[in-house]
Amino acid sequence: MNFKSTIGFEVHFELKTKSKIFSPSPVSYGAEANTETNVIDWAMPGVLPFVNKDVYRLGIMVALATHAHILPTTHFDRKNYYYPDSPKAYQITQFFQPLARNGYVEIEVHGKKKRIGIHEMHIEEDAGKNTHGTNGFSYVDLNRQGVPLLEVVSEPEIADPDEGYAYLEKLRKIVQFTGASDVKMEEGSMRVDTNISIRPAGQKELGTKVEMKNLNSFEHVRKSLAYEEKRQAQVLLSGGRVQLSTRRFDEATGKTVLERVKEGDADYRYFPEPDLAPDHISQKWIDEIAKTLPRSAEERYNQYVNDFGLKAYDANVLLQTKESSDFFDKAVAAGADPQLAANWMNTQVNGYLNDNRVELTDIKLTPEHLAAMIKLIKDGTISSKIAKKVFAETITNGTDPKKYVEDKGMVQLSDTSVLAPMVKEVVDNNPQSVEDFKNGKDRAIGYLVGQIMKQTRGKANPKVINKLLNEELNNR
Amino acid sequence: MNYLNEDIDSLNQKLAQGDLSAEKLAQDTVANIKKTDDKLNAWITVQDDAKPAADLDFAKNKLAGIPIAIKDNIITKGVKTTAASHILDNYIPVYDATVIERLKKAQATFVGKTNMDEFAMGSSTEHSYFGATHNPWNLDKVPGGSSGGSAVAVASGQVVAALGSDTGGSIRQPAAFNGIFGIKPTYGRVSRWGLIAFGSSLDEIGVMSKRAKSAAEVLNVIAGSDDHDSTLSTREVPDFTQFIGQDVKGLRVAVVKEYMAAVDGEMHDVIQKQIDALEDAGAIISEVSLPLTKYVVPDYYIIASSEASSNLQRYDGIRYGYRAEDTKNLLDVYVKSRSEGFGTEVKRRIMLGSFALSAGSYDRFFRQAAKVRTLICDEFDEIFANNDVIVGPTTTEPAFGIGSEISDPIKMYNNDILTISANLAGIPAASVPAGLVDGMPVGFQIMAKRFDEGSIFKTADFIERTNKFYEKTPAGMED
Amino acid sequence: MEITEDTIKHVAVLSRLEFNEDEIGTVTEQMSSIINMADQLSEVDTDGVAETVQVVDRDTVFREDKPEHWQNRAELMKNVPEQANGFIKVPVIINKDEDE
Repeated sequence: MNFKSTIGFEVHFELKTKSKIFSPSPVSYGAEANTETNVIDWAMPGVLPFVNKDVYRLGIMVALATHAHILPTTHFDRKNYYYPDSPKAYQITQFFQPLARNGYVEIEVHGKKKRIGIHEMHIEEDAGKNTHGTNGFSYVDLNRQGVPLLEVVSEPEIADPDEGYAYLEKLRKIVQFTGASDVKMEEGSMRVDTNISIRPAGQKELGTKVEMKNLNSFEHVRKSLAYEEKRQAQVLLSGGRVQLSTRRFDEATGKTVLERVKEGDADYRYFPEPDLAPDHISQKWIDEIAKTLPRSAEERYNQYVNDFGLKAYDANVLLQTKESSDFFDKAVAAGADPQLAANWMNTQVNGYLNDNRVELTDIKLTPEHLAAMIKLIKDGTISSKIAKKVFAETITNGTDPKKYVEDKGMVQLSDTSVLAPMVKEVVDNNPQSVEDFKNGKDRAIGYLVGQIMKQTRGKANPKVINKLLNEELNNR
Repeated sequence: MNYLNEDIDSLNQKLAQGDLSAEKLAQDTVANIKKTDDKLNAWITVQDDAKPAADLDFAKNKLAGIPIAIKDNIITKGVKTTAASHILDNYIPVYDATVIERLKKAQATFVGKTNMDEFAMGSSTEHSYFGATHNPWNLDKVPGGSSGGSAVAVASGQVVAALGSDTGGSIRQPAAFNGIFGIKPTYGRVSRWGLIAFGSSLDEIGVMSKRAKSAAEVLNVIAGSDDHDSTLSTREVPDFTQFIGQDVKGLRVAVVKEYMAAVDGEMHDVIQKQIDALEDAGAIISEVSLPLTKYVVPDYYIIASSEASSNLQRYDGIRYGYRAEDTKNLLDVYVKSRSEGFGTEVKRRIMLGSFALSAGSYDRFFRQAAKVRTLICDEFDEIFANNDVIVGPTTTEPAFGIGSEISDPIKMYNNDILTISANLAGIPAASVPAGLVDGMPVGFQIMAKRFDEGSIFKTADFIERTNKFYEKTPAGMED
Repeated sequence: MEITEDTIKHVAVLSRLEFNEDEIGTVTEQMSSIINMADQLSEVDTDGVAETVQVVDRDTVFREDKPEHWQNRAELMKNVPEQANGFIKVPVIINKDEDE
């Protein structure tokens, strides 16, 4: 029997704001427990939420980037449930009137393009964190309570684990390039829940779905979905029934393990949040935000490859993060040759970041610096060898490349009226090398170049010297 | 000393002239509360160390140095705030409600926190973890509720003014039962930041005082926009005292026939007398109808309880408040802390609210109630298109006996039938004393359109000047 | 409408409240009459009527994204029944959603 899979995703993105969604407590990663909290985050008696405007702005950016319809009027709702990391025992979310509906992302799998629908997306608050001790107690930290989240709910239109993987990759890239979220799974700024059901080919109604929450990586998503396809098929083939349940992916075995069976949907008693007024999202505001929407990864890729002539590989390396792509774009805008800029970004800059375990935002090199340095190379002012020294100085100390080159007297000697007499003198002083050259020993030239470099302390332009030497030697 | 014959203006004058020192006023107030509260039980916390603010400016601040009572569901930094519940009986807040901040800025003196029905759920102040409050007109009667402590503190002369809160009549009904003035302003007029939530879309902080003008003076201080409450209006707040002493000639007064039909005998006569007085003074009286009145009690109880069931989930024994002992696991902490920490009436409302919001009930209960609320609002809009105020009785009867209704929740809920519409529609409403029936005070209710507290003050002040009820002293205080 | 003891028990679970076997009968009876009082609303024709969930004269009320520190941890911890090293201490959690 053949089975068809139906896969859906609920993906949470932490939106990159400075303060929380309903309280002005700072949002930070890794602060000491309960230090980034206030009476609102604690749900002290008498407190009220107050909406952070930027949460909407960032949410709208993602809605625009996924072609979703932004609702003109939204309202927050309460989702009631008890858990120690949820101080109010309700989450403020958007259930009845979400931020946006009917979006899509386009994926390409096995050479075929497909649109995956986005059912809806809404903004809501994150919960705190529980750490389970071994002594029968748990420990609650409310720093994360109130961090803004955007939940993106796909249509159940994904047919296999590869499509699922492609959907997540694409969605991440889109959100990443809006700048709305850090999209780091390891830090929890992107969290993936998935659900899958299978049904015999030809059957209309969907099978019973199984949920898997908080998967660690896209690869785990793919593996767990693939495992579930097989497991559910076996259950059905052996005459069994798939249980409505939540399962977890076990990394060690590569299998999914039953966590709990659900008897029906939990009763969250959703109702409109009376502490917050409705929000009207005007077209004017949407248009303003649209104007600030950064270019998508796709658009940038096409420019890099088609207009700049970069190799696909180089383009993709640049597009790994929005930060590196932005850096590159700015360097090019400042006049850098795109190919050279890409080379420097992907080798020297990345190498520096990896060696020093820092981020692009932490270094002192600016795109303008990089552009200036590349110009110096291009117009022959410095050699690529000198350029490496300049680069090291600039990236560590932020020194302006041009100024540095001038101050240190690193400007390359290209002036033939200065170099020609030197070449003549070196050739005169090394008759043996002339002999060797005449006998066809190319090494001789290298030796002579070295002599001139020594005299000029490395500043002579190798191209110019080579040319002058050849002329001089051939004249002898 | 007591304030049976004082108001904010008279005290302010004495303080300004130096006839009275603010320190002595604070000490004497506390002493008098301690002396009289054995029989009244109007207070949960009395601040023995009460003292006035520094550098009092009597010319600028009418409230400077004047003790104001605060209902115990309003958050006061460093002063125990319990909402009359076991679950918060040791709770010391770390911030101030906006209204407290404003009163502090206006240099009012704080002497303590008043008794109430637990979490403001009740109409008799019998549902308090700290015991029932007694009516100063007859100690065997209830003071009404839920702001019973604040009402009694004012009526008995312990203070000249008090803050209360009103979700379905919790200021007006006790004001009526105690023969004082009490106003619930428009929803959105006073910040709810720091008011322990009951029904968030209905809750409003208001003022209780012997004279309407005193309430206007306190409301001047506490009303107005604040960046903690996003449901709060940004409209400009008028000086409410300007409406005191005005003429009611030409005032368009609507009398709701369903409200008048809810009272009979002497009670009806007392209310009618106030309407006649208005007419005699040139007000234009017309009879109107609010046909949905019979549905306001169920509508209110669904909405208020639904919101309450969610608002009270935070009392779980984890971060503050009462935590049950001998618990085995987390669920145990939740269930035992809440079951032991909440009183019977609070549990009933939580149960009703959870039911109304639960899967399968939402459409029939919560959603239907939200729709009926729209129709109720529409009825009021229609009347206010042609009228300035709606008047009638505040309650269907005077104060009932302590213990007489506590075992019959539905009877208790129906007490609120005349007051809860104002909360559903978000309009301002007040109760001003009308007279005595069988020795117990009866209140005259005045409602106005949203943000028109002015018309209420104008009408209430006229009634006050006409019937001079303020000259009376509660029978229980004459000893 | 008929309200059974099972309904009341389910609602009690949702409410994190417990009633012992002696109470549950009375509670059911009382809740039943209250719910039926509330159910009178079904008589009102509300076809096509919009819902009113709040009566406010504002909308789209936002705050700028400016972080502020209001209270320090020590203040916030003052009322915590049990704490350890800056964390709120709670008994072990059995199951995330008991609401089934």
